[in-house]
Amino acid sequence: MANLLDVNNLQTVFRTDKGEVTSVDEVSFSLKEGETLGIVGESGCGKSVTSLSIMRLLGKGGRVKHGSVKFKDRELTNLSEQEMRNIRGNDISMIFQEPMTSLNPLLTIGNQLMEGIRLHLKLSKKQAKLYAIDMLKKVGIPRAEAIINEYPHALSGGMRQRVMIAMALSCKPNLILADEPTTALDVTIQAQILKLMKKLKNELNTAIILITHDLGVVAEMADKVIVMYAGQVVEEADVYTLFDSPKHPYTKGLIKSIPHLDNDSSERLDSIPGTVPTLQHMPKGCRFHTRCPFATERCINEKPDLLQLKENESHSVRCFLYDSEQLDKDVREEVNS
Amino acid sequence: MFQYIIRRILIAIPVLFGVTVFTFFVINMAPGNPVDMYVNPSATPQQIALAKEQLGLNDPLWVQYGHWLGQLFQGNLGFSYSTREPVTSMLIERLGPTLLLMGTSLIVAYLIAIPLGILSATRQYSWIDYLTTGFSFLGVSIPHFFLGLGAIYIFASKLELLPTGGMNTLGGTTGFGDTFFHMILPVLVLATGIAGNMVRYVRSSMIDVLGKDYLRTARAKGLRNFIVTNKHALRNALIPIITIIGMDIPLLIGGAVVTEQVFQWPGLGQLTIQSIGSRDYSALMALNLIAAIAVLVSNLLTDVVYSIVDPRIKYE
Repeated sequence: MANLLDVNNLQTVFRTDKGEVTSVDEVSFSLKEGETLGIVGESGCGKSVTSLSIMRLLGKGGRVKHGSVKFKDRELTNLSEQEMRNIRGNDISMIFQEPMTSLNPLLTIGNQLMEGIRLHLKLSKKQAKLYAIDMLKKVGIPRAEAIINEYPHALSGGMRQRVMIAMALSCKPNLILADEPTTALDVTIQAQILKLMKKLKNELNTAIILITHDLGVVAEMADKVIVMYAGQVVEEADVYTLFDSPKHPYTKGLIKSIPHLDNDSSERLDSIPGTVPTLQHMPKGCRFHTRCPFATERCINEKPDLLQLKENESHSVRCFLYDSEQLDKDVREEVNS
Repeated sequence: MFQYIIRRILIAIPVLFGVTVFTFFVINMAPGNPVDMYVNPSATPQQIALAKEQLGLNDPLWVQYGHWLGQLFQGNLGFSYSTREPVTSMLIERLGPTLLLMGTSLIVAYLIAIPLGILSATRQYSWIDYLTTGFSFLGVSIPHFFLGLGAIYIFASKLELLPTGGMNTLGGTTGFGDTFFHMILPVLVLATGIAGNMVRYVRSSMIDVLGKDYLRTARAKGLRNFIVTNKHALRNALIPIITIIGMDIPLLIGGAVVTEQVFQWPGLGQLTIQSIGSRDYSALMALNLIAAIAVLVSNLLTDVVYSIVDPRIKYE
């Protein structure tokens, strides 16, 4: 089966006062229909920018400098703005992190829901309203007929996120980009929203790119995972492999820093020392070497490539520690072609 | 909502009372009095003393104020000390020209400022933006009297295209066309200042809204830019603008004191200057009173409009 989405060697840059900065670099991944891809990493590692690059919603300063984004065999980076608008909200839609601020406070829920429905599905006002009520019911909003005339401020965060999900799903997209959809919600609501997303995804066979910094959410939802650090993919694997045998020191650090119930309460939780380097001060060589406990001379000077492992070709890692276990770059390209 | 409006009106009464007390005493603290201002230089001190006595100017201030207030409750704003005309009819005569001039200026200013502000915000840091902010800065900072005199010098004196002042040609036709002709320069001057101010508010409010999450949501739906800007962003951006418009509305009544003076416009602003010059206490009190009422009414109006535009605001 052909891939639904192919992102190849994506590089996204932003214009700033201090010149151009690269926010996302050499990012490649692919996604099949109905598959869920988790993208994990700390704040500022380029997760959101990756998803906004796919949607071409980077704003004024940002642009995709290199690479391709192929969706259903169409190259999104070359489409006209008009063609791109037909894709947004229709074939690809987004769910954002902040349900409290992602809805327009001056427009009713119904108005905001029906906008996309009328635009892409070409329904009449009356039909669109019935459709919108139906969507609200689908995402588990009680009194949908009344809520549709309410303004966002009358709804709680969890309810608003349900509205956002209804909005994202209303035109039956093939792909949903969910950018930290549960981060702003409290834990019980998080579980409800994840359950809802899983259910709807299975019903509609929608592919999801789930952006999060929460490995628990990834374990719950994703089929495969990419771990990003400082704008690059450092490890890619299916979800079981990633949790069972993480390779990259960064991934290991992330997994170690999850609190466990059986941890000794007097024990200090592991953490990765330091912070993500800023875009202007990206270290040479391996971008993680400043925080890596295994860093060698080579890591400081040479840039590692994201290479597949010999024992499991669906598992790739960007680290010199696995040099001997990895396929050569040339071999990998042969395998791909 | 209705109860809220009633409550606000009741609160306004003591405020108005305070304003009249304050202005009455401040006006009387100014040196000179109406008699000094209009008296014939050959009048004897006895005649002046008599005139003061007749006008009640020798009474203690609080008696004078009580007298004024008593008359006010009977709907009487008193007589002008200098022209002996009833103040009410003076105000009515002057109100029309001021409303016409200021109303036109405000409308012209908003018609220029709001689209320009939006344009400037959506093209932030483009040459259009720099040009707009540059001109708005000039518009705000050039004093009206200077701009007015400059305009008269160029358009009336040198080019002889437009009249230097007044509202109608003396002895000429008094039709609308003639008045329109006389309005061009003062409206230009007033609108420059108001628009210059407004552009900056519209621009910054719009820039603020353009960065909001819900606009990203709107774009992610595949909406056209025009709808994103004018449906989703503009409504939100106009909320703070309502406050600015609310602060401009009292100008409709208060008039443009300086501009009316420069262009000899027979409005309330000019009357204010004349009344100060002649220490015309009753005219000044009336002018202050209606200016204060205009401020209070437009404040109330602003709050009411807020609650209509923004569903998050509800008054109990």
